Amino acid sequence: MSSLSLTLRDSSTMLRRNLLHARRYPSLTLNLLLTPVVLLLLFVYIFGDVMSAGMGGGDRAAYIAYVVPGILMMTIGGTVVGTAVSVSNDMTEGIIARFRTMAIHRGSVLIGHVIGSVLQSIASVVLVGAVAVAIGFRSADATVLEWLAAFGLMALVALALTWIAVGMGMISPNAEAASNNALPLIVLPLISSAFVPVDSMPGWFRPIAEYQPFTPAIETLRGLLLGTEIGHNGWLAVAWCLGLTVLGYFWSKAAFNRDPK
Amino acid sequence: MSSFVMPTSSRFNGYASPAAVSTVGLRKSYGDKTVLDGIDLLIPAGSVFALLGPNGAGKTTVVKILSTLITADGGQIQVAGHDPAVDPQAVRGAIGVTGQFSAVDGLITGEENMLLMADLHHLSKREGRRVAAELLERFDLVEAAKKPASTYSGGMKRRLDIAMTLVGSPRIIFLDEPTTGLDPRSRHNMWQIIRELVSDGVTVFLTTQYLEEADELADRIAVLNDGRIAAQGTAEELKRLIPGGHVRLRFTDPAAYRSAASALRETTRDDEALSLQIPSDGSQRELRSLLDWLDSAGIEADELTVHTPDLDDVFFALTGSNQPNRNQEAVR
Repeated sequence: MSSLSLTLRDSSTMLRRNLLHARRYPSLTLNLLLTPVVLLLLFVYIFGDVMSAGMGGGDRAAYIAYVVPGILMMTIGGTVVGTAVSVSNDMTEGIIARFRTMAIHRGSVLIGHVIGSVLQSIASVVLVGAVAVAIGFRSADATVLEWLAAFGLMALVALALTWIAVGMGMISPNAEAASNNALPLIVLPLISSAFVPVDSMPGWFRPIAEYQPFTPAIETLRGLLLGTEIGHNGWLAVAWCLGLTVLGYFWSKAAFNRDPK
Repeated sequence: MSSFVMPTSSRFNGYASPAAVSTVGLRKSYGDKTVLDGIDLLIPAGSVFALLGPNGAGKTTVVKILSTLITADGGQIQVAGHDPAVDPQAVRGAIGVTGQFSAVDGLITGEENMLLMADLHHLSKREGRRVAAELLERFDLVEAAKKPASTYSGGMKRRLDIAMTLVGSPRIIFLDEPTTGLDPRSRHNMWQIIRELVSDGVTVFLTTQYLEEADELADRIAVLNDGRIAAQGTAEELKRLIPGGHVRLRFTDPAAYRSAASALRETTRDDEALSLQIPSDGSQRELRSLLDWLDSAGIEADELTVHTPDLDDVFFALTGSNQPNRNQEAVR
């Protein structure tokens, strides 16, 4: 068997294993969906009027439009926290030691986790997106191409964050540590342009909001769905994603290849 | 070494070794702690080999190195004709490993675990189903096949574990303490399973803390103590190293103890515990003659226990001397 078809075959076996886990134990995934949905409802119905007034007029509908791209990116961040936890859980299982002693593609365990997690992220985004549409979110005449680009962007963000989350899961001794280590993936969107524009933040804080992966990704998604100015954010978002993917990939691989205790 | 010539480096380069597993000078340490300090092993294909030792002797480390889980610090290793350091995938293709801690996926069912293994061994769908069904049947797991493996008892998990190991028909099987933590019935079942494996012609490398287990199953036994092989040989050869069993008489009355001690000559005295040890093989005949003799001498002990040789005795015999047994002398 050639090495590429070995990779594909073993990775798809591992993917099936991960999807089976997700289907058998959906509670973790559903719990992680709860956070973005609650935040969405909270910011729209409770804080919505104040937020939109603070952002220079507009009604609640305008704020829905503003906040949904951020909530969608946050959904991805939350889903991959689940990935960090399940990778860390998995690594403590004896079955991983078994995989290591089998003549299978070495990285297939991790690739299975990554693809499974990206698919889960996309499913979560669709579910949260459906809630957003139900409470009145409408895209301002986005073309089919823009919709495709929006999904592509979210898949790319999911891929990047998943590889980072896999690395975090690999170095965490247990599930609690994994969920703590992955906390930045939840916190970073909170301090991005997800809920309020960066210009409205205090000057000293702006660099923190600006120079992190979520802000350009959210701004790009806004531009694609709502027709706002994307500017340099598009390239910035793609660069962040590629950088994080490469970093997470090599980090996870090194952690996996280290001699187990 | 009476039964075979120890492998030398020239053997590795010349022609194919008939050994399933061989190591020369295998070493491993974690930080300053030396876990394995020069281990030489040679296991002929088709035989059962037991690595016997107490907790912390390094048994699991040996298995981890031979099964490519971790790398050795030094020494030459061949497993199924390949060096794990050079071509680990080739080694992995020939071996099956059942570790000390259950290597099953607890979140999915027993059957799904088996099919997962079939997929990873690249069996066709139909072949995979056939092999899975056959092994579930053989290991008495048909009823539990649709339940999550996390709900299995210890013995069932161990059986599933071995069934999963067998999916790829490995030629060499490593079993790390296959019966630790099992109740007596499960342990005997496991022994039966291991005997069947051997009759299929595979090579079995097992580790155990129990002399009895090694005795039951293994063609050859190596005693690992403190990172070194203290002795290796057949069970018979090893047992000859053990000082024989004995009968222990315990007294509560010091006067009775003293008169018994003076009447019985071939004894080891323990004046503090008021007990006497009389060498004995524990056979019915010897016990009867001993009891008859005690009766006729008017000695009545308060407690009589028969002590048969166990692993402690082996270790005492092999490692009790002040001189560390560095040259790994074979048992004759």
